[in-house]
Amino acid sequence: MTGATKQVAEFEEIEALLPWHAAGTLNPEDAARVEAALTDDDALSARLVLVREELGETLAVNEALGAPSGRARDKLSALIDQEPVRKPGVASRLARHLTAFMAALSPRTLAYGAGAAALALVLQAGFLAGFVLTEQQPASHQLASAPAVTTADGGGSQILIRFNPQATIADVTRLLGEHQAVMVEGPATGGMFRVRVSSTPMPQAELAALIKQIGQNPIVGLALPAGRR
Amino acid sequence: MQATDDVLIARIADGDRLAMQALFARHHVRVYRFVLRLVRNEATAEDLISEVFLDVWRQAGRFEGRAAVSTWLMAIARFKALSALRRRSDEELDEETAAAIEDTDDTPEVALAKKDKGAVLRRCIEGLSTDHREIVDLVYYHEKSVEEVAMIVGIPEATVKTRMFYARKKLGEMLKAQGIERGWP
Repeated sequence: MTGATKQVAEFEEIEALLPWHAAGTLNPEDAARVEAALTDDDALSARLVLVREELGETLAVNEALGAPSGRARDKLSALIDQEPVRKPGVASRLARHLTAFMAALSPRTLAYGAGAAALALVLQAGFLAGFVLTEQQPASHQLASAPAVTTADGGGSQILIRFNPQATIADVTRLLGEHQAVMVEGPATGGMFRVRVSSTPMPQAELAALIKQIGQNPIVGLALPAGRR
Repeated sequence: MQATDDVLIARIADGDRLAMQALFARHHVRVYRFVLRLVRNEATAEDLISEVFLDVWRQAGRFEGRAAVSTWLMAIARFKALSALRRRSDEELDEETAAAIEDTDDTPEVALAKKDKGAVLRRCIEGLSTDHREIVDLVYYHEKSVEEVAMIVGIPEATVKTRMFYARKKLGEMLKAQGIERGWP
């Protein structure tokens, strides 16, 4: 491939990505490539202007379509009435808890990070293992890195934590591991997670110091003592 | 805190009708618009969105979270819309397509509107073929990534990019035919 041919191929490749660049839906790597190309290519910048015009008018076309009447909702409701009644299962309760836990941490990381996805699988395995352990034997051992679900609160010392939105699952796992802590439940009101930091009751002063220490972690927005239930 | 789509789907799998209402409220307008742009009939589009969300109700337990819920919804909606289109006679479709792109004699108002580049562009967007309309909407309005469009439409990612390119090229040609020269294609 000659230099000129290669340049044309690169231009066309980047140009094909412009619609997604304008919509803000490119992955970070491609977004960086497009940004770099745009900085020193006036022809490409001119094409981006056209793309933005198309985007704006496509939004206008769609917005002008209005909304469906209440008939669609009523019909759906009637159709669901005819469906067999379902009872919640253990598996779906677990899935719900897990998805709530992960979604509350960092949706972007989950959506875009292949690494986070792999970690999510590890967490899920740990989560289920933790559940099985809790169900089948006394709580003599817990996987420190895995968020555990307990049917009771499990006693010991517990605190409430709200993580910052940018906290990743890896960050949270690391924090829990550092303190041998276990996720008990959440997210509750205000995005708070209940975390067990000790399987035995801690002295108040020691617990207060720990809460202060955890609260200073950059991924933590708020850390509070948890009331007994 | 608002429940995420994934959480709502998990609740729907448990038979939670409130979660179903929340998911419907969150997505039904966009799904409706996507379907309406394909079938071009409001009553049909309304019927189809009921069917789309009924499928969600039935299949929520099988949702594996490999794609965003909105992407899953669009894929179901697209399947329903294309099935409905196939059920309609070719004659009906020809009439509708002609009505959508027909260039009637210009009234003074239309002639004025044609001077507005935006109005002409909107008219051309409405007159694109089903394939091109669909991809333009998914990328620009529904904000779907290359990967998500590939999932919804069921084509390779490279084809997504080339189809979008040709849809835009077609738009440029239609604009040119209307007397608007953009310098591309």
